Amino acid sequence: MNNQKTGWILLLPALFLLFLVFLYPISRAFVLSLFTENLGTQLEPVFSGLANYQRMVGDGRFWQSLNNTAIFTVISVSLELVLGLCIALVLNQSFFGRGIVRTIAIIPWALPTSIMGLAWAWIFNDRFGVANDILQRFGLIETGINWLGEPGLAMVAIIIADVWKTTPFISIILLAGLQSISQDLYEAHKIDGANPWQSFYQITLPLLMPQIMVALLFRFAQAFGIFDLVQVMTGGGPAGSTETVSIYIYSTVMRYLDFGYGAALVVATFMILITTVALVAWLFNSYRFKS
Amino acid sequence: MSSTSNVENNRKISWYYLILGIGIVATIIFTLTPILWQVLTSVKTNEDISAIPNVYLPHKITIQHYLELFERRPFWLYIVNSALVSIISAILCLILGSPAAYALARMKLRGETIILILISVVTLFPYALLFLGVLEIIKLFGLGNNYLALIIPYTAINMPLTILVMRSFFQQLPQDLEDAAKIDGYKTLPMLVDIILPMTLPALVTTGILAFIFAWNEYIFALTFITEETMKTIPVATAQLGGASSFDIPYGLIAAATILGTIPLVILVLIFQRRIVQGLTAGAVKG
Repeated sequence: MNNQKTGWILLLPALFLLFLVFLYPISRAFVLSLFTENLGTQLEPVFSGLANYQRMVGDGRFWQSLNNTAIFTVISVSLELVLGLCIALVLNQSFFGRGIVRTIAIIPWALPTSIMGLAWAWIFNDRFGVANDILQRFGLIETGINWLGEPGLAMVAIIIADVWKTTPFISIILLAGLQSISQDLYEAHKIDGANPWQSFYQITLPLLMPQIMVALLFRFAQAFGIFDLVQVMTGGGPAGSTETVSIYIYSTVMRYLDFGYGAALVVATFMILITTVALVAWLFNSYRFKS
Repeated sequence: MSSTSNVENNRKISWYYLILGIGIVATIIFTLTPILWQVLTSVKTNEDISAIPNVYLPHKITIQHYLELFERRPFWLYIVNSALVSIISAILCLILGSPAAYALARMKLRGETIILILISVVTLFPYALLFLGVLEIIKLFGLGNNYLALIIPYTAINMPLTILVMRSFFQQLPQDLEDAAKIDGYKTLPMLVDIILPMTLPALVTTGILAFIFAWNEYIFALTFITEETMKTIPVATAQLGGASSFDIPYGLIAAATILGTIPLVILVLIFQRRIVQGLTAGAVKG
């Protein structure tokens, strides 16, 4: 048996599973999006061309969910990046008990998002929540805020929960990057008369760029597809103010049993995601090429 | 001259320690407070939980919420379900993923670049875009309310990470070893099992832990593919603990379930912190 053949045999089972769970569903969505398959057609697929996409253009709920998703993604990923970098810088210093602090710092990443979403919903509870209690004790608010019941505030609560949950992931990735930067660079820079801020901007940030980009891509994709946290904290409410595209897709399919339109929503979300990722990766590559 | 620069240096150093100290304390508070609050809630009596203003430290510690999870709900079943599905899928992932990773690390396959790009790109797909197509496959094979309906997708979603981490490990092994085995007359498959596999044990543990954590935490597939109460996993079962109305949410019960559902993961992190970090960075950065 030649080497190539053995190699493909080793590879095939894994590739088959990836096909089944990743590639088939996405390709299938492209096909199904050209059909109407809902309660109106008694759940039988009826070819309808681009009708689902036409419907999407005029579907205010879709645009709102896209808008909510964009707001959530941009704000939470930016906050996580800044905070994650700060924590990574702290964890990269040498101090007594660093191992324990590093261990503690990654705990939120390892916990189930859905379950910790419930924990955050309890913290932001309007009557008994500790968030309101603390704010009241410090005299910052008079009466309890209905965090999860007010459109803007519900989004704030979800973003805070997400920042808590996923900042550790960014810290882990960035810490690995920081550890790979040679200490000699800083020494030499210091001898040249640079202060710590200059070192940070001229050495740390540029050399950390690859890790920042990787963390950014991963987090962008995950945040854009956020489902668990929203589902358990608000279910997309109040008044659709926290409904993300994933939540909208899920209710289109599982609640309204509108499979054709659900598939079209999947295709649209997929295209937006992939285009953005490709664009960012391309921008990064050309930036790296220049410098 | 030298004394002023000394003073300046001392001032710089004390500023450094001040900022570092604040950073360390802030990191710990930021991370642990929400978890601590759940722990406290889970052992408070209902009177303490619904007290206004809030009672921070419980007047009386109770395990009533934990007992209720096991007495009035089949919580032990949820734990068994989660453990079963996560462990089996993690093992399957290693069995199917390691050979694939080896092929991609060593065998110079035609088209391996395309496959590697593909594997890296699918890790970015949100599960909410996949559940509809996977649901169809599950219906086609009649796997609804079957553990396989979770085991198969979980094995697949952990496959990219497994392949990337194991591949980076195989690449670090000395090639001489395999060359020597080949000269001794080993064929590829027996060589993998007899010689390479024992050496990869640390990497297998690392990857297995990550796959276990991701499977244990998965929500949308478990929510969609399993509707049978006795087959639910912990994340779904906990999220559905709600009371009869929105005014009757059993916070103590949910907090207790939170603690039970997260304890296995906290233990894993405490023991394997270093491995988890290594695995994550190998999977993300080198991929």
